Amino acid sequence: MGEFHYDKDADGIVTVTMDMDGPVNAMNAEFWPLFAGTMDRIEAEPDLKGVIWTSAKDTFFAGGDLKMLKSIEPDGVEALFESVEATKAVMRRMEKQPVPHVAAINGAALGGGFEICLACNHRIAADNPKTRIGLPEVTLGLLPGGGGVVRLTWMLGLEGAMPFLLEGRQVSPEKALKAGLIHQVVPADQLLTRARDYILSVQGDAAAATQPWDTKGYKIPGGPSTAPHNMTRIAGAAAMLYKKTRGLMPAPARILDIMTEAAGKVDFDTATRYESRRFVSLIPLASTKNMIETLFFGMNKVNGGASRPKGVPPSRVQRLGILGAGMMGQGIAFSAAMSGLPVVLKDRTMEAAERGKAYTAGLLDKRGKQGRMSAEEREAVLALITPTDQTEALKGCDLIIEAVFEKIDIKDAVLAEHEALLAENGIWGSNTSTLPITRLASGAARPENFVGLHFFSPVDKMPLLEIIAGEKTSDETLARAFDFARQIGKTPIIVGDSTGFYTSRTIGTKIIEAVELVTEGHDPVRIDNLSRLTGMPTGMLTLLDEVQIKLVTDIYDTQVEMGLLDPEKEQNPAARAMLAEMISQHGRHGRATGKGFYDYDTQGKTIWPGLAAWRREGADIPDEDIKDRILFRAVLESLRCLEEGVLRTVEDGNVGSILGIGAPVHTGGYIQYVNTYGPARFLARCEELAGKYGARFAPPNILKTHVAAGRAFA
Amino acid sequence: MATSAYIYDALRTPRSRGKNTGALYEVKPIQLAAGLLREMQARHDLDTARVGDVILGCTAPVGDQGACVAKAAVQAAHWDEAVPGVQLDRFCASGLEAVNMAAAKVGSDQEELVVAGGIESMSRIPMLSQGGAMFTDPDFVIDQNSAPQGIGADLIATIDGYSREDVDAFAMESQRRAAHARDSGWFDRSVVPVRDENGITILERDDFIKPETDMQKLGALNPSFAQMGVFGYDEMALAKYPQVARINHVHTPGNSSGIVDGSSAVLIGSEKAGRDLGLEPRARIVSATVIATDPVIMLAGPGPAAKKCLAKAGLKVSDIDIWEINEAFASVALRYMKDLEIDHEITNVNGGAIAMGHPLGATGGMLVSTVLDELERRNAKRAMISLCVGGGMGISTLIERL
Repeated sequence: MGEFHYDKDADGIVTVTMDMDGPVNAMNAEFWPLFAGTMDRIEAEPDLKGVIWTSAKDTFFAGGDLKMLKSIEPDGVEALFESVEATKAVMRRMEKQPVPHVAAINGAALGGGFEICLACNHRIAADNPKTRIGLPEVTLGLLPGGGGVVRLTWMLGLEGAMPFLLEGRQVSPEKALKAGLIHQVVPADQLLTRARDYILSVQGDAAAATQPWDTKGYKIPGGPSTAPHNMTRIAGAAAMLYKKTRGLMPAPARILDIMTEAAGKVDFDTATRYESRRFVSLIPLASTKNMIETLFFGMNKVNGGASRPKGVPPSRVQRLGILGAGMMGQGIAFSAAMSGLPVVLKDRTMEAAERGKAYTAGLLDKRGKQGRMSAEEREAVLALITPTDQTEALKGCDLIIEAVFEKIDIKDAVLAEHEALLAENGIWGSNTSTLPITRLASGAARPENFVGLHFFSPVDKMPLLEIIAGEKTSDETLARAFDFARQIGKTPIIVGDSTGFYTSRTIGTKIIEAVELVTEGHDPVRIDNLSRLTGMPTGMLTLLDEVQIKLVTDIYDTQVEMGLLDPEKEQNPAARAMLAEMISQHGRHGRATGKGFYDYDTQGKTIWPGLAAWRREGADIPDEDIKDRILFRAVLESLRCLEEGVLRTVEDGNVGSILGIGAPVHTGGYIQYVNTYGPARFLARCEELAGKYGARFAPPNILKTHVAAGRAFA
Repeated sequence: MATSAYIYDALRTPRSRGKNTGALYEVKPIQLAAGLLREMQARHDLDTARVGDVILGCTAPVGDQGACVAKAAVQAAHWDEAVPGVQLDRFCASGLEAVNMAAAKVGSDQEELVVAGGIESMSRIPMLSQGGAMFTDPDFVIDQNSAPQGIGADLIATIDGYSREDVDAFAMESQRRAAHARDSGWFDRSVVPVRDENGITILERDDFIKPETDMQKLGALNPSFAQMGVFGYDEMALAKYPQVARINHVHTPGNSSGIVDGSSAVLIGSEKAGRDLGLEPRARIVSATVIATDPVIMLAGPGPAAKKCLAKAGLKVSDIDIWEINEAFASVALRYMKDLEIDHEITNVNGGAIAMGHPLGATGGMLVSTVLDELERRNAKRAMISLCVGGGMGISTLIERL
């Protein structure tokens, strides 16, 4: 059993040290009795001067109990509402006490943890730069239901609170201080002394024990939501949120709504009750459960090494070599250097190598301008990147990643020239999105140390790393590749060496299905827009223009040439023919040349009039079929990858599809999608689509067996 | 009317104090109204695309009630996109004006099915939030001797000789009747509990009624309008009534209508529309009228309006089974009974706004539901509904069970 240690000192100051069962303090079943019981005791305490809230753990308080929240069904919502209200009532009792309450934030205070801090009159954090403070609920499809939305809006005003509430921004104590989230940052060993000093320094000052929202005449910074300038701002924010969520993820919109109510429409207590209602309304939604499932539990499992081969000791790369300072190479260099890893960045000319390093300098300058990085930090990062045109410079690297042009002979040549420079037992990583790793490794002296490292563009922003195991890649190499990914802050999935691995193979199916729809004579604009309305970040035809039609057809041709694909078995021959014709007859290479499915100019894009040749009079299809055909192709391909063992875990598929290939976030990823849809219902819909549109929608065995067993994908 | 306008249903929310301590303060006005529309759709499996218009009265159409609150409520209820909406303001008559306008639209074959009612969240959008010349333009106020309603109510009491005891006794009876009707379940058919988005009940029944009140408590309350009368409004009013020596300020919060939140919705349509949609008509709107009388005393319009309404219908006072006069102030109801020579026994039989509150723009529609339920309960035939209205107007609607 956990407890809240209660100590009263000679000055009449009570220190409550939260020490719940398990590694962290959390708002679980154990919490309320401890919290309410402590408050009873505080309220009965004679000669009380103030209260300090702190934690016996490394962190201050972790937040809500996601496992519990995830398990709540619609019939449990009212009970949850009551329990949320009960917790908030204790917070209100805390605020209404005539003595100051001080949060002594010794470590991370996130979500519910920071909401406890917000109910305190004063917040002091220890100066640990690793500590994170904030309300990240929105990133999991939730909202801060413990008073966080209302209190932060009152404290910072609508504009000031928006990034913390609508984006879930988490910050260090320094930045929290600057933003007005906390009042002091002090050396860790002085945390409690300073909290005590503060309480003693404000004795007799009633204002120090009164919250802003309980202070007569208090005005919310930036004015109420009913002020004309704020009405405009709120309307703008609503439009922005729609653009981001397309109405598929309700949490941010509900947060903005609560903020609007809180900042001038209703009083404080009513706003917090409204916040509770809106909070619990999110809990039974599939989108919320999916986001918690994949973005929290799935992500923890993936990053925790569920796919990492067991029994290999943890490793770190000491010196990284990168071959090719182009778009991918320079991005990898940036990510590595930001994590403190020394990088040798080689290209054929010094000029090209320098240009690759300048990319990092440019990104750092941007951070500097935003005040997110000091000049010293910038120099330290840049000093880690050594540009070179000398082969010898790579000597002794324990990992070399080649990020050269996607042509097998070039990749072979680069390997032959550099492999010997690797340190003892060093690893060779090939950054490819389409070429088979087993084939690339065939020329390696040590194929067991050869691994596919598929980065995504732009590398500095894209969090996913797809690690591909070739036929001979050893478990040790996979484990070390995994550790490298974590070292540079990427989320790694480990997949098998099928054509297109997991991600390229899957993204390819939904794109080609969109093209197939065009060949059937339907309006391309409608197809592109409906694919976005599924929740994917970009329309499929726009995406195809962005990745370049030419690249897609080239890769296809190469894969056919290499015997990896059999054109006889092509599922979308009409679409392949159309793309080939667009390239050969019309020079529609894609966005880079300004000519793809769209024409591009400085004004933006307009659909290419030449597509009219594919329009067919009387072609008709429901919106739902267009959306499902595109989405289902990706989902079915993910299931096949799972069936074939290309995916090792369901989580890799879910996390990988969201982070790498634009799976709609609210679905929780392409495999979780089936669970939400209902496996049996999904199977029936597949059969229906297969009947109408072709065998590519036929349900794979793994789906049938799951349905037969009444099992979800887990 | 060329085509008869039938009442197919009449719903209302419960009423609660129109302050931040009231239960409905946390509910947005559009949600109060939308909740009734959703319930109406559910009760009748209503094909909402057949509804030609939704007319909602609202006297403070600003802020959360601004920008055509009726159309916003229609959309918030997720009714068919073909359904329009309009907000109107005829002060306290707004809700009944909506009903009459709906009857006119149906009667003239302009529409076949219309929802009429009102919405007023007085807690969120307090009285006078909307400004307006009537009470806040000094030039107009001085030129028109435009005194607040309470001055007119006190002037009526003074002229008619209603003592403080008379108005307090009327208020007591309103409380008793309202509590009895509510507790007997007589409002249950029409009162739709207000629930949050999770389905958790926020307010089940009217909670403004104070059955525990007594003459002593009522007598202890201070007059509401004495102070402002002294400021100059009394003189303003008396300039038009020189025969009155001084105004006897008898009205208090105890014998005036309460400030509450609430919404109402009445489904009105042609016989054919009802038949098409399988709806059972509950009553017919026989006649309706709105008039204007002296704007200074302001609240003397209901009696004349009811008489005109009767005349249009070719009926006599004795043809009416029950009478409903909005209890804006006790003296308004007393004056109405005096004008029409009717007894309190058949007037406001289940209490009124003194007990339950007067959500300005919504009240008219609410009265249709209370009166209709009562006609059915008594198996009686006809009822007259009237309200006093700002600017000296009076409004009446005569309904008849089928």
